[in-house]
Amino acid sequence: MKKNQALERIVHGIFLILGLLTVGSVLLITVYLVVSGIPAIKEIGLFDFLFGTEWASTAETPKYGILPFILTSVYGTAGAILVGVPIGFLSAVYLSKIAKPKVKTFMEGAVSLLAGIPSVVYGLVGMLVLVPGIRTLFDVPDGASLLAAIIVLAIMILPSIIKVSMTALDAVPKEYEDASLALGATPIETYFRVSVPAAKSGIAAAVVLGVGRAIGEAMAVMMVSGNAANMPSLFESVRFLTTAVASEMSYSSGLQQQALFSIALVLFLFIMLINATLNFFLKKEKD
Amino acid sequence: MLSKKRKLYIAALKAAMYISTGLTAALVIFIAVYVFIKGIPNISWELLSTKPSYISGKIGILPDILNTLYIVLMTLIIVLPLGVGAAIYLTEYAKNKRIVAVIEYAAETLSGIPSIIYGLVGMLFFCQFLGFKTSLLAGALTLAIMNLPTIMRTTQESLKTVPQSYRDGAFGLGAGKWRVIRTVVLPGCVDGVITGCILSVGRILGESAALLFTAGFAHALNGIAEGLSSPGATLTVALYVYAKEQGEFGIAFAIAAILMVLTMLINLSAALVSRYFAKKRKF
Repeated sequence: MKKNQALERIVHGIFLILGLLTVGSVLLITVYLVVSGIPAIKEIGLFDFLFGTEWASTAETPKYGILPFILTSVYGTAGAILVGVPIGFLSAVYLSKIAKPKVKTFMEGAVSLLAGIPSVVYGLVGMLVLVPGIRTLFDVPDGASLLAAIIVLAIMILPSIIKVSMTALDAVPKEYEDASLALGATPIETYFRVSVPAAKSGIAAAVVLGVGRAIGEAMAVMMVSGNAANMPSLFESVRFLTTAVASEMSYSSGLQQQALFSIALVLFLFIMLINATLNFFLKKEKD
Repeated sequence: MLSKKRKLYIAALKAAMYISTGLTAALVIFIAVYVFIKGIPNISWELLSTKPSYISGKIGILPDILNTLYIVLMTLIIVLPLGVGAAIYLTEYAKNKRIVAVIEYAAETLSGIPSIIYGLVGMLFFCQFLGFKTSLLAGALTLAIMNLPTIMRTTQESLKTVPQSYRDGAFGLGAGKWRVIRTVVLPGCVDGVITGCILSVGRILGESAALLFTAGFAHALNGIAEGLSSPGATLTVALYVYAKEQGEFGIAFAIAAILMVLTMLINLSAALVSRYFAKKRKF
């Protein structure tokens, strides 16, 4: 009997450790980013680091200003949301409320495929279709630009937007819609004036999720954005926070490498903020 | 009778919805068709069965296929016990609501962290601090943390469907908690584990940013033991290197086509599995 109790206690302990593993991982990531990200910020100066407009890490007198990366990430994400959310949202309403079962099944498969395609494949297609397309269409010297990145990101966030919005729209009680229809509203009016407002927290969560995806994407963006550390402009070659880390990590050392960790820390702070917002909306949706 | 303004509003919304849905469908079809047209002609038995050779100047992707296989297997071997264990703790042991909330919040946070950050921390922790160097094992460990929330969530979902009466019955017969978990709870979460595995495999196949600095980009042909301890490119990383650094677009599209087929297979099996278990559960 005593042996059994000891065993139970050991098993309990093991499961407790496994349960706390996610917490441990988050702590590990946070601690590593903070510890390795702070020294460079201290050396460069917080203000010069965050608001310096010039990044020249390999110059003789190196400059470590990451404002171009921050702004590019913000503009790029905003652009992707601006393009992707309306398309995703309208598709979600159509698929959730109007589409015939066959269309719905087909599109759900299509959206899952869109979600499953590896980001490097998006990057590859973008490199060969989008970049030359932008070059000829807008008559610019190089199509690898913020615009190309925005379009790729907009496509990549579509599945999250559509899926999460659809789940929220599907969950709207039928009675709400019936009441609106009985009062003489047409089906379309009902969907947009009753169902959508009823699902608004879920749709907001979908948008925030899209923001997180867009700001964290690295490889696809790296392949289509040209990767020069310019201040963002639609047809200019640009570098995001993610691609700034990825593009120099393999050959960097010393202060340059530490500065890359600091960039990752800034990106991490953005993500934590977005996560908190997402959780806020998800909780609201549950209530 | 509807007023003109209302009619216009309805027509505009209808048109916008059709255009958006049509655009989404067209995008998916275009990407799939484009990748297949550009990629399939470049797939040959030679490409699939050899390694890159400087002498003949030919490129083969066998090492990348094997590396992908190794990393998928290794990641699952590491993450399955951890994720299932975490889920069991949450549903069977945890009594304190606050602990549950903290663990679930941590899992949410983990699934929101971008893969480039996993790559960076994986490099610092597994490659440098623990001394695994740039290797497939370091990559697999990094991916294990990434996929922990997925396995945990799917297992948790399926554990919730194990009827409480089963547990009570087993306890009533005098079984200890560990025995109940082994004999009643674990068999009940098989569907969650399988679903989690499929989702994770999809994620691992598509992952590249987290592997760039942890698993590296070598194309050496290795057995599994040797492979895990040495650096190696998976299919996605190889695609990136061939397209971006070497301008080998034919090879890149061949890999892209293979990845597309794998993605489709994974989506299909996920759908089939969930349908199978949904049917089984009804009885």
